[in-house]
Amino acid sequence: MHQDSRNLHRVPWDKEIALERIREQLDREGPLLPVLHALQDEFGYIEEAAEPLIAEALNITRAEVHGVVTFYHDFRREPAGRHVLKLCRAEACQAAGGDPLALRAEARLGVPMGETAADGSVTLEPVYCLGLCALAPSAMLDGRVVARLDETRLDALLAEAQQ
Amino acid sequence: MTLRLFIPADAGALAVGAEEVAAAIGAAAARRKVVVEIVRTGSRGLYWLEPMVELETPAGRVVYGPVAASDADALLGAILADGAHKLRLGPTEDIPWLKRQTRLTFARCGVVDPRSLADYRAHGGYKGLERALAAGAEAVVEEVVQSGLRGRGGAGFPTGIKWRTVAQTQAPQKYVVCNADEGDSGTFADRMIMEGDPFVLIEGMTIAAIAVGATKGYVYIRSEYPHSVATMETAIAAARRDGVLGKRVADSAYAFDMEVRVGAGAYVCGEETSLLDSLEGKRGLVRAKPPLPAHKGLFGRPTVINNVLSFASVPIIMDKGAALYRDFGMGKSRGTMPIQLAGNIKHGGLFETAFGVTLGELVDDIGGGTRSGRPVRAVQVGGPLGAYFPRALFDTPFDYEAFAARDGLIGHGGIVVFDDTVDMAKQARFAMEFCAIESCGKCTPCRVGSTRGMEVIDRIIGGENRAANIALLEDLCHTLKFGSLCALGGFTPYPVMSALTHFPEDFAAPPRLQAAE
Repeated sequence: MHQDSRNLHRVPWDKEIALERIREQLDREGPLLPVLHALQDEFGYIEEAAEPLIAEALNITRAEVHGVVTFYHDFRREPAGRHVLKLCRAEACQAAGGDPLALRAEARLGVPMGETAADGSVTLEPVYCLGLCALAPSAMLDGRVVARLDETRLDALLAEAQQ
Repeated sequence: MTLRLFIPADAGALAVGAEEVAAAIGAAAARRKVVVEIVRTGSRGLYWLEPMVELETPAGRVVYGPVAASDADALLGAILADGAHKLRLGPTEDIPWLKRQTRLTFARCGVVDPRSLADYRAHGGYKGLERALAAGAEAVVEEVVQSGLRGRGGAGFPTGIKWRTVAQTQAPQKYVVCNADEGDSGTFADRMIMEGDPFVLIEGMTIAAIAVGATKGYVYIRSEYPHSVATMETAIAAARRDGVLGKRVADSAYAFDMEVRVGAGAYVCGEETSLLDSLEGKRGLVRAKPPLPAHKGLFGRPTVINNVLSFASVPIIMDKGAALYRDFGMGKSRGTMPIQLAGNIKHGGLFETAFGVTLGELVDDIGGGTRSGRPVRAVQVGGPLGAYFPRALFDTPFDYEAFAARDGLIGHGGIVVFDDTVDMAKQARFAMEFCAIESCGKCTPCRVGSTRGMEVIDRIIGGENRAANIALLEDLCHTLKFGSLCALGGFTPYPVMSALTHFPEDFAAPPRLQAAE
């Protein structure tokens, strides 16, 4: 997702900034997803303390906000690593040799899919299709797309992700 | 002398180095002190040749590919000399793979600058809207009905009938929503349109709005497509500045404006009612139908919701007439289908052609077989919810009804090719796993059945009570198919049962040995 490209420049949680980001979206119809995207763009995740602020601004219950935050795969409830590496695990990439590459990434980074390295360098995540299926296998590092992955190209990505 | 070059900025081309190629050519031109204008286009869809570099000549465009950044200096030197270079493929339009296609919806994709409304107009854009404004709402609906266009998202429902229903429903506010939540693996046609010809989508949605009396539109784009989001937003802003979006569309009495909304990584939001809930700011839960979105859609208002390709097909139908479009195709599948060749395939990309071409022609002839060079064993058609077809069914023509007759579906037109190292029991298990990950949780067959399905397949693979567990899996698939609220649970049995039916040997213990690489 586009917000990942700014991973290195995120600001720490700040209630006043959060309220400002929420207010900016309020004149849209059905503003909850735009609000959550704006907050995640700003802070890198949805701080739990944001939920009651959103609920009050949108005049909905905190449970509704929490339900939406937890429904969608994109919304994080804690900060990601400095880099986010998404490997496509869907069928087209499976057909083109994606499975062994995913195992290789997990082994080299020492992180299972869906988790963040202990040193905070990288979060490794599965993604179900980047729409690069004619150039499989594919990945996205901090919002940058990379396709026709093989061991060499993957290793270069992994090295970048570990910085 | 100014050289004019075209290099795609489509996500597919970028993923294999198009940005680096453009920068290297720019640098090489600066060193040689020649003026080069580089136009960033969408992709032609010939992905195995990306990154492509096209050169404008008096006789049309000439193409080089696949170009690496390290080729840039020599390539520019060759272009400045006589044009001969080892990567020269000749006139773009003469490449057989492109020449064999019938490009109606994708006529401009990869040709025009997707950020330029002037370029869009210069290539025939907005003629459909002009005719729609002259003809009036009822005539537009009739034209789309007559064209035979069916929803390209997967369900294949006649687009014109949907529009007529919305047009006939009275309400103070109506909406046009574009489903650009293209989550099916093996598909990328929506992405190509949004990144290569975004104005055709805007024009198509505007025509729909005029036809049904809607004033507000949304394009719901999945978050995995950041390049599409950026290109669509730029195009919408340009259309607003030009006046083809706004309070008086192209100086007419009609008002219509639209905006992009970004999804948040939920596959199920590609289902139309779930998408509408998501747009409203809710969890993407599937709604029971009726009421249809045409009666009670977004915020409870009558809503036209169509796929990107459906809207993108409308301008040419309005411009050239329903008959031109309807004359392509077979049976009840009229017009052209942008077919996407993906996975382990030699010539992967977008192939737009009239309905009726066979699966075998697409995979073996046009696709050139596998990229690994091994025999094709299975193809999955129509995304994660589509059936796996063995070679024995490669005579199936690409047609909604022909695929349904063989317990499959064409869905959004994606074909994923697998070679003979594939383990079909593993693919069947993955289908259940994917359904479990992505289920919205509203209905029990999908929410619970998908996890139970994984467990049953594990037992079959493990050789535990094989016959009884296969019977149980069949029964479970029956429940999913007829008891689920939407296509996620309802169609997951297609990949599972097709794998079991056509490749039973893979479900016997011990699992197939993987062929040596």
